[in-house]
This record gives sequence, C-alpha cells and structure tokens, in this order.
Amino acid sequence: MEMIVAIAIGVLTGSGIWLILRPRTFQVIIGLSLLSYAVNLFIFSTGRLRIGMPPVLEVAAKGDPSLYVDPLPQALVLTAIVIGFATTALFLVVLLAARGFTGTDHVDGREPET
Amino acid sequence: MSWTDHLLLMPVLLPLFSAVAMLLLGGEKRRPQKAALNLIATVALLFIAVALLRQADADPDGARVSVYLLANWPAPFGIVFVLDRLSALMVLLSAVLGLAALLYALARWHRAGSHFHTLFQLQLMGLNGAFLTGDLFNLFVFFEVLLAASYGLLLHGSGPDRVRTGLHYIAVNLAASLLFLLGVSLMYAVTGTLNMADLAVRAPALGKEDRMLLEAGAALLGIAFLVKAGMWPLGFWLPPAYAAASPPVAALFSIMSKVGVYALIRVWLLLFSEPTGGDSALFGSNWLLWGGVLTIFYGSMGVLASQDMARLAGYSVLVSTGTILAILGTGHTSVTGSALFYLVNSTLALGAFYLLLELVERGRTAGADMLAVTLEAFGDDAFTEKEVGVAIPAVMAVLGIAFVCCGLLLAGLPPLSGFVAKFAMVTTLFEPEGLAAAPNATPTTAWVLLAAIVGSGLMVLVAMTRAGIRTFWAPIQRTVPRVQVIEIAPVIGLLGLCAVLTVYAGPVMRYMQATATALHAPHDYVRQVLAEPQVKERRP
Repeated sequence: MEMIVAIAIGVLTGSGIWLILRPRTFQVIIGLSLLSYAVNLFIFSTGRLRIGMPPVLEVAAKGDPSLYVDPLPQALVLTAIVIGFATTALFLVVLLAARGFTGTDHVDGREPET
Repeated sequence: MSWTDHLLLMPVLLPLFSAVAMLLLGGEKRRPQKAALNLIATVALLFIAVALLRQADADPDGARVSVYLLANWPAPFGIVFVLDRLSALMVLLSAVLGLAALLYALARWHRAGSHFHTLFQLQLMGLNGAFLTGDLFNLFVFFEVLLAASYGLLLHGSGPDRVRTGLHYIAVNLAASLLFLLGVSLMYAVTGTLNMADLAVRAPALGKEDRMLLEAGAALLGIAFLVKAGMWPLGFWLPPAYAAASPPVAALFSIMSKVGVYALIRVWLLLFSEPTGGDSALFGSNWLLWGGVLTIFYGSMGVLASQDMARLAGYSVLVSTGTILAILGTGHTSVTGSALFYLVNSTLALGAFYLLLELVERGRTAGADMLAVTLEAFGDDAFTEKEVGVAIPAVMAVLGIAFVCCGLLLAGLPPLSGFVAKFAMVTTLFEPEGLAAAPNATPTTAWVLLAAIVGSGLMVLVAMTRAGIRTFWAPIQRTVPRVQVIEIAPVIGLLGLCAVLTVYAGPVMRYMQATATALHAPHDYVRQVLAEPQVKERRP
C-alpha cells in the first residue's frame, strides 16, 4: 500500500509541476490543485497507512498506540484542504479578472510574439 | 489569571472582531463608519503592542517569556501563543506601519475599492498571529490568513497591472504554501510534535536517518519562508507586485517580506542554534550567508537599473532582506542583534518611502496614469469627490526633505539610523572576539559582507540621487501636487521614528542584543513554554 500511495503522490506532483510551468492560467490552476492533492496525501501518510484502525480511542479499550492511527495528520489534512480550496477559488476569480482585463489567458497578460 | 494575561491574545482578537464588525456593517455607504472603526482598532492595537513590548522587556537582563495556553491545554498538546522580545518587537512594528498606512489611505486610497478596511484588519490579524504563535501548523494557518488578506489588498484599486502581478503573486505564494505544508508534515512525521519548543527538545535526540528527514523538512520550510522574504532566486515576483500595489498597501507590505525573515529567525534558531542544534547546529547557515550576498547583489543591480521609483523601492526591499539574511548566516549573537536593528530601521524607511513616492510622482505623468487606471476601473465617483482635508504649504520643500531622509536611511549614511544600523553590523562583524566566536564567519566572509553592505549602500545612494534629481530638479514645467496633511503626516511620523531610533540607539541596541542573546540560547524559551502551568479551575 505504501508503494501505491507513494506512486500516486509522485505522479500527482510530477503532473502538477509540469502544469504550473505552462503558460496558460487554466493549466496553472489545475497544476496547483494537483500539487495540493499530492501534498494532502503526503500529510495523510505521515500518520501511518493502516487499514481498519480507528484514529480515536475507544471507550474501555486498551490504550495501545499500535492499535490506532495518528489522528493529528488527519486534522491537519482537513485544515489544509479547506485553506487550499479557498485560496484556489480566490485564484480562480483573479484568473477570470485577468482574462477580462487583458483578453488573453496567457499568464503574462499578452501572447508571446511569434 | 488577571486581565493583563489575556492581553497577549488581543493583537489577534481585536483585528478579527473589528473585521467581522465591518463585514456586518455592510456596503459602501457605511465607509465613514468602517474607517472610524478601523482607525480606532489600529490605534488600540498600537497601544496594546507598546504594552506587550514593555511586558516582554520587563526584566532587562533575563529572557522572560509570556505564554498563553489556548483553551488551557498544556504546552506540547495544545496551541500556545508565546510573547518574547522578538515577537513583541514585530507586533509593534506592524502596528506602527499599519497606522501610518491607514492614515495615508484615509486621504483618498480607501475609496478605490469596497473592502479595504476589512481586509486591512484581517491583514493585521494574520501578521500578529504569525508573530505570536508558538506552533508550527498554527504558523501556517496565520500565514494563509495574512496571504489571503494580502491578495485582496494587492488587488485593491484593480486595473490590469495589479491583476496581472496579483496573478503571479498568488501563484508563487500558493506554491510556497504547499512547500510549507510539506516541510511541516515531514517534521511532524519525524518528531511527532508541532510545538516549536517541543521540536527544539526532540530534534537533537534524533537518530542519523531521522535527522536527514528533519533537515529535509527544515530545508523545505526554509524555502517557503525565503520565497516570502524574497531571497534570490526566489524573489523575482516581489518588485513588480509591490510596485503595482496601491501606496498604502505597498507600505504595509514592507513588513510582509519581513514576516518570512521573522519565521526563519524563529524556527531556524530554535532548531539549529548552537546549544540546541546537536549534530545539525547551524544547518543551512551557508545557504543563508551566500544566498543573502547574492540577493544584495541582485537587489543593487535592480536598484541601479530601475527607471521608476516604485521599482527602485521594490529592489531596495530585496537589498534589505538580503542584508539581514547574509548577516544572520554568520550565526553570531551580537551580529544578529545589529541585524534586528537594521530590520526595524529598513522596514520603517521603506514604509515611508512607499508612501512618499506616490506623493512625489503625483505631479508627474506616471502617478497620474496610475490614478487614471483606477478611475477607469471604478467609475468617476471614487475620485471626483471634492478633495477634503487641509493641504500643506511649501509642498516641494517638504517632499524633497522627506525624500532626502529616505535616501539617507536606505543607503545607510549619517546622521540617521540607517548609518547606525550598518555601522553596528560592520563593527560586530569585525570585533575580534566576535569574529573568533562566530562559527560561520571567517575573515574572508567578513570582508565579502563588508563589501556587499557598503557597496549596496553606494548603489542605493546613486539610484536615489538620480531619481531625486530627475524628480525635483530636472522638470522645467511641473504641476506642484496638492498634498494633504493626513498624507504627509504618516511619512514624517515614520521618518521621525527613525530619528528617534538614532537618538536612542543605545537603549534600542540593548533591547536588540537581549533579543539576539535569547534567540541564540533558546533553552529559556523552551523551558518556559513547556513548563507553563495550566489555569486551575475556579471552584465556587
């Protein structure tokens, strides 16, 4: 399972980096989204990847840490998702404003001379 | 717990509540009320910041740290707010700049967009939170708060220029935030804690393999901070973005790049200072040193090459950041103290310069262009209102003197505090015992730094002189701009503060040295944060 998650993070990061280096604003925003997915998965994986383990202590259960996964990264991931979503939405608005002002979707606001 | 203990939380709560109140007040019609509320909140913040500074410095020789346990969770488990000399200084600095920028904006700029006052308060909240928090992930959250507000403020006034540079600014900062998250989670994965003090305890005890991961995490975090600070080659976004921002916003932003520097000082010296660093003591100091020198070089070239004053100011920001980073990279206590003095001086001077340059350029076409763009975007009602407020006499003389003062401060010439700061840096760099004790300063690096500091001062002086001649002496026909008292007062106030810094250089330097000593020996900080007792439940 570690392998699958690691490959997924790698693919997302690679695609994300390629996309944010592209000249169109839409590609940049998709690239940033992919990168933030990769980062979220990465944060999630720091709390150990285990299946069927609760992150919250159960009533009257043994307090053995090996029976649980770390809840903190899951909380961090939630925060990161919310913040990432909000800032991406804001970026989208600026992107539309830039399109409206310059009439092009190039990140520099003008088409490169050919 | 007396009420003064809660004062530590006020720099965050006060802007938050005033911003909420402004949102509830509603639209454009209530602008006067919002402006009044903003002014009251910012002035109150200034008083709170002064009180906090006195609290942090109550014991002149010791390193007393005030700790606030949020929701009364004990230190490594809950989020803590920590007030030490450095955070108190930064909170005060942002309050001062905030008040100056706000007064300036009240003359006309706050009418150029709808939510200026709300965003302004949220920006202050993010800044203060970032300065006060003692938790790494909470630092991320406050960074996002201040960045989100800064995106809005940068776009204040709209226009193609601001939107285009805003687009770049947001993209760069979003990418940097992702690096921040990666760094934080790597550090958490290795140490199992996010509390900065607890991190400083656990980091030296790590094994060799975990240490590598910790250093990787710290390096990612460092890149995120350095993007904010604008170190070469991560700072290309900075000059155009700051030049496009409206003047009060740009003045407030002059502390934004210092937030990156602050976070770097805080985290780096907690984890990797000599006493606590263990095997990785002063990790990355060479990167800071040489990166800083390259930034100074790049900034100086930019200052010489820039044709308009807003860009000149942007590259001066880079020069000042580079100087601080390079000096920090030598890793010595007394040098860090003088770098902090320089930080305060250059932030105030740059704030004043950003406010001043629009006044100076108002008589020229360039300034008129900027206003015309805003006028176009926001319709006539924003600016055709009759000018209110009292205009000052002898405008050109006042502007000219203020411009000369800015030039002296930025170039580091006597008699103002820029000179004191640079002199202190050079002296501490060459003190024999300082040099012998500085772990990362050989005579060669000291000479390189001296050349960089003095050389960049010369470049800034040349560029400022050229800009001044072109603006004040060369034009044969120019319209004398109408400048209101409320616009020039913040500029004079900031420059006056620099003069005060010069006169009281001794006590201020004592404060900075105490700050640096505490930063380089973080045991006291760590012990006090982790030992902070919970508040007992009050039983009836």
